[in-house]
Amino acid sequence: MSEISLTVNGKRVSGAAEDRTLLVHFLRENLGLTGTHVGCDTSQCGACVIHVDGKAVKSCTMLAVQASGSSVVTIEGLADGADLHPMQAAFKEHHGLQCGFCTPGMIMAATDMVNRHPEGLDEATVRAELEGNICRCTGYHNIVKAILAASETMSSKGKDKQAA
Amino acid sequence: MYPVNYHRAASVADAAKLLKTGDAKLLSGGMTLIPAMKTRLAAPSDLVDLSRIKELQGVKVSGKTVTIGAATTHHDVASDEKLNKACPALAHMASRIGDPAVRYKGTIGGSIANNDPAADYPAALLALDATVVTNKREIAADAFFTGLFETALEDGEIVTAVTFTAPAKAAYEKFRNPASRYAIVGVFVANGADGVRVAVTGAGDSGVFRSKEIEAALATNFDAAALNGVKVPANDLMSDIHASADYRANLIVVMAKRAVAAANA
Repeated sequence: MSEISLTVNGKRVSGAAEDRTLLVHFLRENLGLTGTHVGCDTSQCGACVIHVDGKAVKSCTMLAVQASGSSVVTIEGLADGADLHPMQAAFKEHHGLQCGFCTPGMIMAATDMVNRHPEGLDEATVRAELEGNICRCTGYHNIVKAILAASETMSSKGKDKQAA
Repeated sequence: MYPVNYHRAASVADAAKLLKTGDAKLLSGGMTLIPAMKTRLAAPSDLVDLSRIKELQGVKVSGKTVTIGAATTHHDVASDEKLNKACPALAHMASRIGDPAVRYKGTIGGSIANNDPAADYPAALLALDATVVTNKREIAADAFFTGLFETALEDGEIVTAVTFTAPAKAAYEKFRNPASRYAIVGVFVANGADGVRVAVTGAGDSGVFRSKEIEAALATNFDAAALNGVKVPANDLMSDIHASADYRANLIVVMAKRAVAAANA
């Protein structure tokens, strides 16, 4: 067992967990943040993507104890109160989801993608960089549209909430 | 996953000490080890986390000498500006490992110490005639990769860095499995001061290897056309549900041609 302390969505949290506890399970079961999903559990599908110290990682392939001392942002931490993050708004506007299971991971991966490309995004880049996120409903078309649209909004606003 | 005790090492010396605990394993990015532990293919008693050791991180370029700390992530290798000038082939190769989330965690040291027969870095190191630096000695890439998931590393030995002289021209091309995205065949070509070196990953029965046939054909003429008609023997190549040995032998030449064309572009 280890005492794990980290900042999640801006709040300091801590809890005891076995060293073998995966970060995704710590978030879902210890902290009740069930927006982060477990899809394939084999690092392929990306439903569990969250930001750790500002980088989009697969929380099913990281131990909670590895993240101790880090700052984590999950899908629950993106919106500003009742105002959706521009990426969330774009997924809604462009119908970037159907069943919604992959959506939290898609959105966390997508916000990271926009942050990583301050020069802007094009369709080919978005498709290539979605390699680690699988969606079985939409055929990706509207997800790509949503990310491109959000990328425009985010760069024009400039001061959008960055993943911590 | 079986129970495990986690330790965060503060330095390489600290890691070496912790590594003596029980049946401990080193944890870097964890992109291979954690999945292996989840499926119980690996069950170390202890994990020694190297990922926060500062001295193991970063890319240094001095003249033509490139040194990459073992815990440098694929993302950091791919986006390093100095490396993109000194040896763009290696930065480009790192930019195509796994997916963006995997590249933020996976490290060069972890990749070469694991020596997966379909990993990209072993081909790069072998073709670049790199030296693997450990906490005990320096090992030439030619002697480092000894078989499937096997290296020359001894118990208690920790990879600390990789160093090489940037070649005048180099490139890496791979043919990926459409599902796993691992290389069915990957070929790294490098044309440096000591001649042409060509290393193949994904295909060999005992892991990464140099192709004598392709090196010989390119030695006098570093041009894709020099590979027309060149045959690579299929004897020591893998056959599996993804590709037969003969198919891999053909792909090696095709990938080598593409790599030489890219290196000359």
